[in-house]
Amino acid sequence: MVSDTSWMRNREGMGLWEHRGKVAVVGWGQSHMDRRWDGVTMDRSCGGLTKEACLKAIADAGLSLDDIDGLITSRETRAEQTWAPRPYFDPPYDTEDGLTYASADWIQRELGLKNVKYLKSDAPYIGPMMGLAAQAVGDGLCQTALVWYPMVNLEGRYGHNNPQNLNQEAPGATAFSLPWGYQNGAMFNNLVVFLQYCKKYGKSHDGLAPLCLNLRRNGLMTDWGYYSLHEPYQLTREDYLNGRVIEEPLVIYDCDRPVNTCAAFIFTTAERARDLRQKPVYVLNHAQNNGRGRSTMATLEEHQEAVASLARKMWEGSGLGASDVDIFNPYDGYLTFTQQFLEGFQWHGVKWGEAHDFYADDTRVEGPHPFLSSGGNNGTGRNRAVLFSDSIQQLRGTAGPRQVTVKADTALAGCNTPDSCGFMMFSKHPS
Amino acid sequence: MSTIPGLERPAPVPNELTKPFWDACNERRLVLQNCTACARLHYPPAPRCSQCGSPDNFEWKEVEGKGHIDVFMVIRDSRIRGFRSAQPINFAVITLDEDPGINFLSNLPGTPPGEVPMGAPVELIFEETSTGQLVHEWQVVS
Ligand SMILES: [Zn+2]
Repeated sequence: MVSDTSWMRNREGMGLWEHRGKVAVVGWGQSHMDRRWDGVTMDRSCGGLTKEACLKAIADAGLSLDDIDGLITSRETRAEQTWAPRPYFDPPYDTEDGLTYASADWIQRELGLKNVKYLKSDAPYIGPMMGLAAQAVGDGLCQTALVWYPMVNLEGRYGHNNPQNLNQEAPGATAFSLPWGYQNGAMFNNLVVFLQYCKKYGKSHDGLAPLCLNLRRNGLMTDWGYYSLHEPYQLTREDYLNGRVIEEPLVIYDCDRPVNTCAAFIFTTAERARDLRQKPVYVLNHAQNNGRGRSTMATLEEHQEAVASLARKMWEGSGLGASDVDIFNPYDGYLTFTQQFLEGFQWHGVKWGEAHDFYADDTRVEGPHPFLSSGGNNGTGRNRAVLFSDSIQQLRGTAGPRQVTVKADTALAGCNTPDSCGFMMFSKHPS
Repeated sequence: MSTIPGLERPAPVPNELTKPFWDACNERRLVLQNCTACARLHYPPAPRCSQCGSPDNFEWKEVEGKGHIDVFMVIRDSRIRGFRSAQPINFAVITLDEDPGINFLSNLPGTPPGEVPMGAPVELIFEETSTGQLVHEWQVVS
């Protein structure tokens, strides 16, 4: 589905990013968030929420619709099913476009955008898509890009309506995994790697409990997040340890909860950013991993090498090092792989095998090690964009109750998994 | 059918790349691609060698069906229909003794869910799927 990866910074040895500090994020908008779309309220459909997020982002930047000349989005909304065969609605909700994704053409039409010269609807998921957006602005494909990422959850138990899971046959590459119960997505292989991690370093599943609790705590300080809106209470360690088992030892609280929502961001040139409403948050680099392991299951060693390489690419392109990163928001859905990012980037000096000890220390936003100040996706629902929006808010100084007390000049954020991800380095200063 | 009660494995559908592999399974043989230039095994089947990048030096090599259990989990809430009727069910990663960089999935027929001896040796067996296609499986050496 993703047509072209030539724009990616996915190799070591590419040097300082050529647009370092010349691209900035100047707007952010987050829509309402529900567990599922009710199939009735069009404002809360994928298209409706996307419009809401986009308009909020444009307003946040202090721009007008006519300022937008680039539209970038992804089809990877994780709906896991189509709206069909259920009947479509009156236009503009008369196709999947608007219901299970919202393309650049759909938004251009619905918002009446007149000056768009660059449209991209087949960007990858949000991690690499943010890099694509920064690169597009840096390369001059557009000056001011509206970038949005809907996450879609329709009626029914999540994933159980995915045709692949109902199929009696296993075609193509799935023939080597599905017959043994392997499910697509980040759960299985990352749980395998987590088990290898526990075996190698003598750790166990309960070492993730403090991470889970702190993420929920941070998430409850995020007013638009799923738990603030719909289940506003803190979990206890006992809740976590007694959580419903999905794939033993993985429990429900290790999983970020699928939600129905959309986030949008505005990228523009550093020059254009200078006189806009918000303090610009500059992009110093973006980097991607898109490898895979040698055999059926990628291994701990392969994931560790993947993240170590990602870190080298990030340092090389941004000119920063591990000790320069103030805010760190790596993906946490599932909780089982977050330690690879923490250890691979060596944030706050955490080395291989030390993450669970770090989690057990003080990681509150008020404290000295405000890891995942966003609350992540465990704390706010699986929107993924929170990793980026919190990074931006922390650098702007507008994170409210989540605002860290340590220095917040730089931020590193990204998703999804160690072997397949896109990360971005943000800074308050262009150099 | 599987020897695991309730299990209905989705049946592999061979394609051009994988047909020799699945045909060999039906003869109860496990064959892997071997790049003769690199002496490197590949599994699952790949269009070209992951080391030298060439598709030209592949041969199908039969391997001895001996391995070890690396790690395991227990599937308790699968999204896959044929597994929902069999859960809880083991899900283990098996490394091949001839080349531990090659790994396989296994539900460990004969081993009760959760009672998996970590690190134990396993041997190759085959199980039937709904189309009659055999798939490779592993059981703990008694
Ligand atoms: Zn080779």
